[in-house]
Amino acid sequence: MREENLIVSVWRGDGEQGEYVDYRVPREESQTVLDVVTYIQRKIDPTLSYRFSCRVGMCGSCAMTVNGKPRWTCRTHVSKVAPDGKLSVGPLRIMNVVKDLSVEMSDFFEKWVRAEGRFHPTKTRYDDFDAIKPADNKRKIASAGIECIGCGICYSGCDVVAWKAEYLGPAALNRAWTLVNDVRDGGQIARLNAIAGDAGCHACHSQQGCVENCPKHLNPTASIAGLKRVTAFAALKGGLK
Amino acid sequence: MSASKIQVEARLWLAQRLSAFVLALGVIIHLVTIVYAVRGGLSASEVVDRVGGNLGWSLFYGIFVVAVAVHAPIGLRAILNEMTSLTSRRVDLLCFIAATFLVVTGLRTVLAFHHLRVG
Ligand code: SF4
Ligand code: SF4
Ligand code: FES
Repeated sequence: MREENLIVSVWRGDGEQGEYVDYRVPREESQTVLDVVTYIQRKIDPTLSYRFSCRVGMCGSCAMTVNGKPRWTCRTHVSKVAPDGKLSVGPLRIMNVVKDLSVEMSDFFEKWVRAEGRFHPTKTRYDDFDAIKPADNKRKIASAGIECIGCGICYSGCDVVAWKAEYLGPAALNRAWTLVNDVRDGGQIARLNAIAGDAGCHACHSQQGCVENCPKHLNPTASIAGLKRVTAFAALKGGLK
Repeated sequence: MSASKIQVEARLWLAQRLSAFVLALGVIIHLVTIVYAVRGGLSASEVVDRVGGNLGWSLFYGIFVVAVAVHAPIGLRAILNEMTSLTSRRVDLLCFIAATFLVVTGLRTVLAFHHLRVG
């Protein structure tokens, strides 16, 4: 049976101080969690802070903890996650809370840089393009991980990140793996050195929480397993520092 | 993390994978043999009769013991590093002791079995 109103508990405060405050929000057809949060901010309390941009699952900015799970709120239907009409919306776990539902994501993205998650070009504008066939095996592996929208949902749900602040986490390692499989990239040794070790791929427990949570249905666990394989062989050959 | 520690980490991972492979194979052979060999109850003398003094079986269980001694301490190391406040040096030492203990006691058992024969 559908309730007229949703009871929505929303985190108000920062990382240190605050509480969950209840709001009543009218139930609508095809309502998303982001719609609910927007309603609260527009109609009930304009001081509520939250982040969103595209509203169509492309930008990765709207992630929050919804009924205990990290989710992309713009594509999460209320009917799916709160059939009983009760919703709790909090900031992503692990990241520092700026205010209410907005979190500080610099650590998350700095880890992408630390994991050498950027492209190291090997050619100049005078060289020809590399011809990479879509059916090429490495290209296929890279394609499998490339659609990450940087939402931080996997990261926020990873217990190893929660325990070990320096752990690079699933998203940064997944990004590194796509680049390991980019034949045009010239920074492989530096990358393997950056992602190996107990703050890198070797810390992962392979229990696939990130796979479970990723809204883009990526498989960071498989990417991390790939990194473990490649670093092991690099270590055997003495390729790691 | 120091650079050489990365090497260690990556090699330990490989060692654990390889030993896991040996263990998986070993456990299957061990179980299949039990199922195959046990007909109407298992008696110690039957086991000793079959396995004791057999070089093939002794080698098989010897390899198994070594694989255990490689595999288990690496896992233990990860658990201790994550769940306790021990320094990584202490953890490494403890795991080395654990590995030595497993090799020595395991191989002693295999050797003892090898020299056992029913009268
Ligand atoms: S599989 Fe690895 S990266 Fe993914 S959630 Fe678990 S520990 Fe984190
Ligand atoms: S891997 Fe998935 S969950 Fe993680 S940041 Fe990328 S899109 Fe989000
Ligand atoms: S608002 Fe862009 S992914 Fe949700």
